[in-house]
Amino acid sequence: MQLFFEQLLNGVAMGAIYSLITLGLALVYGVMRILHVAHAAVYTAGAYVGLYVFTMTGSLLLAVPAAMAACALLGTAIERLIYTPLLKYPPFVPLIGSIAVFLALEEIFRLVGGPYILSFPAEFPFPGITVRGVVISPAIISIYAVSAAVLLLLWFVVTKTELGLAMRATSQDREIAGAMGINSSFTISMTFVLGSAVAAVAGILVGIYFNQVYPTMGAVPAYKCLALIVVGGLGSLPGAVLASLLLGVGETLLIGYANIPLPRDSLAFIAMIAVLLWRPQGLLGNR
Amino acid sequence: MNDYSITILTFIAIQAIVACGLNVIVGYAGQISLGHAAFFGIGAYASALLTTKGGLTFWTALPLVILLTGAIGLVLGMPSLRLREDFLAVTTIGINFIVESVFLYVPFFGGALGLGGIPSITLLGTRLRGPNFLYLCLVFLAAVLFISRRFTRSWGGLACFALREEETAASSMGVSPIRFKLLAFVLGTAMAGLGGALYAHLMRFISATDFGFTLSVSMMSMVVLGGIGTLWGPVLGALILGVLPEVFRPLIDYRMLLNAAILLLMIRFQPAGLLGEGSLLRRLFRRPGRDSAHE
Repeated sequence: MQLFFEQLLNGVAMGAIYSLITLGLALVYGVMRILHVAHAAVYTAGAYVGLYVFTMTGSLLLAVPAAMAACALLGTAIERLIYTPLLKYPPFVPLIGSIAVFLALEEIFRLVGGPYILSFPAEFPFPGITVRGVVISPAIISIYAVSAAVLLLLWFVVTKTELGLAMRATSQDREIAGAMGINSSFTISMTFVLGSAVAAVAGILVGIYFNQVYPTMGAVPAYKCLALIVVGGLGSLPGAVLASLLLGVGETLLIGYANIPLPRDSLAFIAMIAVLLWRPQGLLGNR
Repeated sequence: MNDYSITILTFIAIQAIVACGLNVIVGYAGQISLGHAAFFGIGAYASALLTTKGGLTFWTALPLVILLTGAIGLVLGMPSLRLREDFLAVTTIGINFIVESVFLYVPFFGGALGLGGIPSITLLGTRLRGPNFLYLCLVFLAAVLFISRRFTRSWGGLACFALREEETAASSMGVSPIRFKLLAFVLGTAMAGLGGALYAHLMRFISATDFGFTLSVSMMSMVVLGGIGTLWGPVLGALILGVLPEVFRPLIDYRMLLNAAILLLMIRFQPAGLLGEGSLLRRLFRRPGRDSAHE
């Protein structure tokens, strides 16, 4: 039973991390209708910048904001330089552009940071907890705390602020929103700032949790999280979170308890195809 | 020509066949597929299994391989093509990952060890190798180009063009979207199956990682680079992306970056590709007054 709870806690932690990455994708898809594959490269960049600043200063409190700022910049640069000019073409054009950006950035990480796995030796200033024999490590506690805080913050921004209103309006109909006096290009850039900063946090959390930062760490999330936004219902933020948590828990428990012959990473896609056959609009999507 | 350049050219010819298949799906029918390598792999595995375990020769296996790959394309395409464009992109990525992991984890397909001992192709009693294998691939490439060209002039092809340009209008004129998208999908995947069979008998050893998502992306790069929806675009794209790594061999460490950069610059500044409508090459070589009626 102890093992089960530890697995469950790990699964929810994975799900929380997935949801931090997937939310950025869902936000971007909402306002721009682009599948932002390069988001995973932004996440990797977050891990690298975080690690770099952490090694320089030894402080996570400096590393996190620095990585968030760098990623916000990178995200908006991708939006301004690649996506916006390609909006007038059919959707596969920006999608291919996004894949190209992702591959190019991955190579740049490899050339700059080296092809090896770097460790992220951050220590948390508080101890782990043991509840009835179930050990909860400081890394898991931080993942829970940080993800909860980020999710709350995002929920607040999207539902309660003027920027959130502009984002929702832009995602419903960009042109009408523009006609109503919403600066849609500013709103889109702010969406990238928001999503990319959250991705930076996810990158650092993953780096510390697995004690690994490496050039291709974005390869699996890049496509898995696309499957997650599809499962959740394209553009639906609660759907993205729900799908991420379900996948995190499902993956961990299935690997731990069921002897399935397929690798962990193809589960997301099998789940996606199953959901699409049963509910083509996604779990929480509407047509 | 030495053996080395003949091998490179043979690879290029095979990739051109597969890219032509992708072009039918993406270029003619306007349906994004990012899982084309899966069908290339299905063709390769089918031919390998039929000739090693099934005891057939390449020539008797080939029609079965093409039919089988097309049939799997039909089965996988049927639910996928009903989806919206963005869903389709993600679904095809998913298909690629799933097919690759099935090859990798199911012992019947050789698992992580791959499949070896695939016989080479014999024609009129002689084993085809070197330049002769290249000629065989070129003959098949010519056939694929011929079929592509016939398709663009056929009723099915015209229906696909209409759907690509304006699906609602086309379906209100009685063009069934799912039927013609499926037709293009099956045709495209069958071409990938043909390429896969040639690849398996060229390499004589295949493993799951040969058919990963990265390959799907480079297939897509070839089509985009050459010109989406043009007849010769995929061939030109396969040629350029096949020759470039050889030319830039000293820069081997930057090869992937170079490929990504080419794809990025191309899609950003010339999304129609080198041979596409309104591209630089077209404008340069256009005879005055000839193409202007189209614009």
